[in-house]
Amino acid sequence: MAEKVLMKGNEAIAEAAILAGCRHYFGYLITPQTEIAAYMAKKMPKIGGCFLQAESEVAAINMVYGVASTGKRVMTSSSSPGISLKSEGLSYLAGSDLPALVVNVQRGGPGLGGIQPSQSDYFQATKGGGHGDFKMIVLAPSSVQEMASLTVKGFDLADKYRMTSMILADGTMGQMMEPVSLEEAAVADYDKSWAVTGTKCEREHNIINSLSLVPEELEQLNFKRYEKYKTIEENEVMYEEYMMEDADICVSAFGIAARVAKNAIAMARAEGIKVGMIRPITLWPFPVKAFKAAAEKVNSFISVELSMGQMIEDIRASVEYNKPVTLCNRAGGMIPSPEQVLEVIREANKGGNK
Amino acid sequence: MATTQILIAGFGGQGVLFAGKFLAYKGLIADKQVSWLPSYGPEMRGGTANCSVIISDTPVGSPIVGTPDVLVAMNLPSLKKYENDVAKGGIIIVDSALINEKVERDDVTTYYVPATKMANDEGFSTLANMILMGKLMKVCEEIGFDGTEAAINKVVPPKKANLIEVNLKALKTGYDFE
Repeated sequence: MAEKVLMKGNEAIAEAAILAGCRHYFGYLITPQTEIAAYMAKKMPKIGGCFLQAESEVAAINMVYGVASTGKRVMTSSSSPGISLKSEGLSYLAGSDLPALVVNVQRGGPGLGGIQPSQSDYFQATKGGGHGDFKMIVLAPSSVQEMASLTVKGFDLADKYRMTSMILADGTMGQMMEPVSLEEAAVADYDKSWAVTGTKCEREHNIINSLSLVPEELEQLNFKRYEKYKTIEENEVMYEEYMMEDADICVSAFGIAARVAKNAIAMARAEGIKVGMIRPITLWPFPVKAFKAAAEKVNSFISVELSMGQMIEDIRASVEYNKPVTLCNRAGGMIPSPEQVLEVIREANKGGNK
Repeated sequence: MATTQILIAGFGGQGVLFAGKFLAYKGLIADKQVSWLPSYGPEMRGGTANCSVIISDTPVGSPIVGTPDVLVAMNLPSLKKYENDVAKGGIIIVDSALINEKVERDDVTTYYVPATKMANDEGFSTLANMILMGKLMKVCEEIGFDGTEAAINKVVPPKKANLIEVNLKALKTGYDFE
């Protein structure tokens, strides 16, 4: 293991991206993710990479499209309103089957909203994030170490499946410092024979395009893409189970909410309440099977979110509406306290055994 | 199985975040689990700034410090805002050169250190923050003085290595203050 250093979550993402072989970053500054761009601005020129502060988010995501077309690892980052601006580009990336990494360090919304942490872009991230039928692989780090490791993972999955990976973090994850150990990532040899790299008159032209005017053909492209999504749903789900062995109540939370929930679970366990947690690490593909299995054992679920309740819909669907799912939330840049979560756990516990 | 939750609060520019980073590095060097979370946004530009630091023997859950074991208050608004949040039996360290009021609670231990005046007198006027950290290391046994030099070496950027010595001096000044 490399020596542990203290780093902000945003900086850990930037350094991990570089270690994963990313040499192209395009972005536009916005709180609370600006440290990613700042880090790239400092580091990229020194290692022969490209940092470019675009004139807008729209420009940045289209620069990502350009580099992605050449098969090189490329990323952009922003925060909530900036991701909305990028959504057209996200759809084009999907329509052209291009690998890229996009980071969203969420802030309170809607609209310009505020700058404090939020998780209210869950729907936007997990249900597509632009027009048309498509998915992004959505990774939700819950520590600075995961900000780094999931960045590496995100690049790998993007290359493996030729699609966009999104890191869905929040202001707290971006701004907090924790010890992190960073190592050069081994980059697997992915097939990039589709990339536009110049034919040297030795092969057919590769064409990167999302326009397809024949509906029969466009339908087939959609069918094929959804076959790929099915494979991902089978193979790439990641989640953490915490104290679930004997649990009567299952808390679910990701990112900063999971950190708060762990405190609450420790407090509830001290009172003798049997409570555990499923922490989705991939928000898409969602750990449907894990929740379905948990529904066989627990009496009820609690979804802790920094939103008006978005992930809760996926939990309810996963447990097929067979068990009650309660929302414990704050919104607009506020964060639930462990005491608030504990109170909801206590209430759930009053429901008694099934 | 100790967990120490520390909140440092003051004006932007007083070195609140730097002081917190020093403590976090100190914890890291002592092989503890640590987290550091700053306030960010408009309040940093001339308003109040604060920073949550957690140093623990077990993995840190939420990095947000709602009930600090130790509050370091570097201005009056911060003391007023957070005084009642401090855990029963906790510690409040006050820069008494900038805060004329006394802590009203009697279920916490309060230390008054005229850090800003001491820093001015000693000729390192920007290091009141580190004088207060010195005092914190003295009165909070979970933190202690060990590893101070290594932590300062980590937290002072290489380009400013000439400031390592004066930081250590400020820490010692605070540590020795009775």
